[in-house]
Amino acid sequence: MWRDAALVAGKDLRIEARSRVALWQVLPFAVLALVLFAFAVGPGRAALRQAAPGLFWLAVLFSTVLAVQRSMAVESGEGTRDGMRLSGIDPAGVFLGKGAAVAVQLALLQVVLFVGLVLLFDVHLKTAWLAVVASLLATVGLAAAGVLYGALSAGLRVRETLLPLLVLPILAPVLLAGSRAWSAALSGPASAGGPWLRILGAFAAVYVVVGIVLYGPLQEAT
Amino acid sequence: MNRPPERGLLSPRLIRAIGALGLLTTAATVWLGLWVTPPDITQGNLVRLLYIHPAIAFVALYVAGGLAALSSVLYLWRRTRTMFWDRLAAASVELAAVFCALTLITGSLWGRPTWGVWWTWDARLTSTALLLVLLLGYMALRRVPAEPAVRAKRCAVAALIAAVDVPIVHFSVDWWQTLHQAGTILNPELDAHIHGSMAWTFLLGFIAITLDFVWMVAMRYRIEVLADLVGDEELEVSLAERWAEGGGPAATPVPEPAAAAAEGGRP
Repeated sequence: MWRDAALVAGKDLRIEARSRVALWQVLPFAVLALVLFAFAVGPGRAALRQAAPGLFWLAVLFSTVLAVQRSMAVESGEGTRDGMRLSGIDPAGVFLGKGAAVAVQLALLQVVLFVGLVLLFDVHLKTAWLAVVASLLATVGLAAAGVLYGALSAGLRVRETLLPLLVLPILAPVLLAGSRAWSAALSGPASAGGPWLRILGAFAAVYVVVGIVLYGPLQEAT
Repeated sequence: MNRPPERGLLSPRLIRAIGALGLLTTAATVWLGLWVTPPDITQGNLVRLLYIHPAIAFVALYVAGGLAALSSVLYLWRRTRTMFWDRLAAASVELAAVFCALTLITGSLWGRPTWGVWWTWDARLTSTALLLVLLLGYMALRRVPAEPAVRAKRCAVAALIAAVDVPIVHFSVDWWQTLHQAGTILNPELDAHIHGSMAWTFLLGFIAITLDFVWMVAMRYRIEVLADLVGDEELEVSLAERWAEGGGPAATPVPEPAAAAAEGGRP
């Protein structure tokens, strides 16, 4: 399963590295979202700083939808999905591999977005480890849940409109817990982030396990 | 398939009995709630909304939501995989959405005079609203045309992924902030803070709304079965018509046996 996962993740990341869709489309979109959020909040420093964690995670959430759509579009070529199924790769391996590829992209995206946050929103990290741990846990959860729903809506003609409706409410706890944990990391006492890390960890664990179990039946259903 | 597709969820006579009983208890709840019970000391007449609001919420979250999750699991499990569970899941999700919306509406009507706002970002409100969106997502997925077996499996997986989200949503918004009061009857001390005629009306409300739900889910299940039958029939009729156009032996649109004969008599 792990070897299969590494193969699939390697394949997806190689395709991304060569096509650069994530680099030239998803990443600029996330930065653009950040700028637009600033317009919506107004130029006041205090307001921007207070809203920064929430807006950061909102941008990450929207980018997750795009990254997942992209990850599934890679498989949408003629016969690609059948080829994948015929190759004898464990469905759980496919899930973990695609999830890992999306997670790597999301992690890089968060680094860029954080730089944007520092430059545009004037934030300072007080507790770096808290922000990093929260980001890592959230990334695993976002990628796992995202890939599950991506696979669910792959091959449907209405997938572009259906995927956000299905996946965004599922990701709401990540937005909530991620923002709270980052608030604590940016300005509050670090101890305030503890419960939120637990939520992020639980979310990630649940969706990784659910994905490993359900990806098989899901592949049959699309 | 264990059950023939024509069979309903419950026998027609039982459905009628439940419907009548539901109507009766609902009417009794309305009568007791609006005329018999006294106004509350602190809440005045507003308390009357509370004879139905917790009952509706209970049905939406636990009865309908639980039934939807359970039937989805039973569909996915190979040994119990029949269209029965798929239809039951579809029927309960739809009703869960209706009751969820009603929970939000009745809660909102109560919240405006009590808390001074239609909506507040309280934990229970937020999680109920999120649940409603999850249910709407399931219904949207169900509307996507597909083979019945494919659609059933896809929807069952979606229901399950959404179901595991509910407790996480619950805890996260619970820690976020809380304003809603704790349970009146199911509080940790298990000491009901409600008395006399009010308690009876409250209890009757639960029974009435649950009976209404059972009746509706049985009817909704029947509609699902009939819709499938109509779909099959239409296909057969159109096939027969096409063959008739081609000068085949089946000149009249007919149900199954003749349609089969028409297929056999293909030139």
